Amino acid sequence: MTTRIDRAQVEHIAQLASLVLADDETERLTRELAEMVRYVEELNELDTSNVEPTAYVQLERSELRGDAVEASLQRDETLAQAPQSAHGGFAVPTFVEN
Amino acid sequence: MASHDEVIAIAERVRSGETSALDVTQAALAGIEAKNGRLNAFLTVSHESALDQARAVDAKRARGEKLGPLAGVPIGIKDALCTRGVVTTAASKILQGYVPPYDATVVARLRAADAIIIGKTNMDEFAMGSSNENSAYGPVKNPWDPERTPGGSSGGSAAAVAARMVSATLGSDTGGSIRQPAALTGTVGIKPTYGRVSRFGLIAFASSLDQVGPFATDVRGAARVLGVISGKDSKDATSLGAPVDDYEGACGKSVKGLRIGVPAEYFAKGLDPEVEASIRAAISELEAEGCVVRPVKLPHTRYALATYYIIADAEASSNLARFDGVRYGLRVEPSGPGKADLKAMYGATRDAGFGTEVKRRILLGTFVLSAGYYDAYYLKAQKVRTLIRRDFEEAFREVDVICSPTSPTPAFRLGEKVDDPLAMYLNDVYTLPASLAGIPGCSVPAKPTASGLPVGLQIVAPWLEESKMFSVAAAFEARSPGLVPPQAS
Repeated sequence: MTTRIDRAQVEHIAQLASLVLADDETERLTRELAEMVRYVEELNELDTSNVEPTAYVQLERSELRGDAVEASLQRDETLAQAPQSAHGGFAVPTFVEN
Repeated sequence: MASHDEVIAIAERVRSGETSALDVTQAALAGIEAKNGRLNAFLTVSHESALDQARAVDAKRARGEKLGPLAGVPIGIKDALCTRGVVTTAASKILQGYVPPYDATVVARLRAADAIIIGKTNMDEFAMGSSNENSAYGPVKNPWDPERTPGGSSGGSAAAVAARMVSATLGSDTGGSIRQPAALTGTVGIKPTYGRVSRFGLIAFASSLDQVGPFATDVRGAARVLGVISGKDSKDATSLGAPVDDYEGACGKSVKGLRIGVPAEYFAKGLDPEVEASIRAAISELEAEGCVVRPVKLPHTRYALATYYIIADAEASSNLARFDGVRYGLRVEPSGPGKADLKAMYGATRDAGFGTEVKRRILLGTFVLSAGYYDAYYLKAQKVRTLIRRDFEEAFREVDVICSPTSPTPAFRLGEKVDDPLAMYLNDVYTLPASLAGIPGCSVPAKPTASGLPVGLQIVAPWLEESKMFSVAAAFEARSPGLVPPQAS
């Protein structure tokens, strides 16, 4: 498959990724992304129809840890790193109308 | 101070009382102060807390308690690793001023071994880069030639060791970010088996590839640090429970009869002739040491770069979704008319906080994971990853370790490749396959070029066979001169 990357597509991907791009940045990234996508399409040369995918190179099955109560981060200490906090939680702009 | 065995020499002198941790730490702080303005290797120096840690180590000794294996050894930590109470930014504006309320497991293990956490080292933003030019806080300069890059993304950790600011640092390696800068700065850099070292507290780039590992002035020092940070961690479900071998002990072992594989695919077009000559000479040295050299085939090597960039960027786009201006770091409220809303705040924050390279990778990653393209790109790359892993499985039936150049060229000039992402990415062409396969690899200094730039010999070993890698690295180091940049002393 050969995919053509255009400006509208980059704007759509940027929106999916919550990225706001300036005009000149969109233009440059469209060019660069098109070049990178063309490059990675060299994988199409390989027939992988009978190959299992590797998601993780794990050597052993992960063990679940015990269901034990452990100390967790302190709320005050964690909220101290937030740009804004209120009423013991993270504060965000309004996103639900009354 | 001897240039070899520095980590071990310091620890032994502090343990015996010949010197104090405070003296060692003060000397390191003075060295950092004298050199950092020129090199920009450290982003944060924990002056007071380092002195406090040193005093605590000395007090422990005075009480007659046994000191740990890194007693009084100052260690720099890549800024991608969380350090309790110390600013941690991953060299990004989006985390400017962030102070983690906890230590990464590797940092906690260093502290438990009585090491001194002396500061945070510069890096490419979120570990994305091969030259350290993507740091939001300016590039690191190579101690061998300040007009050249130290490599990346752990460029600060490599330069700090090369310039002898400290004798060891921690870095992280996703596609070669420890081995490549080690090669370009004439230091020893180790990427362990995937899962050998906990990733808890490492700010994630690509979770199926990221591994923490040490830089050191010498192989034995790196072996000691790796021994301290390795082992199962209940906070990281991907960390391995296999026992940790005696890496330091492996350094003295004979390599007579050990089979070394040399892949023709790593000596192809694009390899600098001086680098090739240096690596072929290094392999001859190992042959003279009694190793048996034979060719091996790694036929899918040429697909590693494309595979890596699909997988790493896909994982990065997912991992970096957490930087949205809500829980930590930067928040930018959008300006202009209309009511501020959550989505607009995410966008404005990420636009202001991320640099161009990070945006480029998030875009590629989001694209390859998006509906309609997932099978064609991401799933395809995962299947090619299997072929690359199988190449190594086949090769390791014939040989014990594989030797190659670490980087196709010596250190390049700052700015030389910054506008050409693909040319920059090709720097990692020899380190990526081992990362995709999850096997351990290291870079040790080989004979420099005629103009005096370092060259790295890469040694990769089968899964969890770090000991073999250390034996070969130490045997080669014993036959090669130590490399100290002219301005380091």
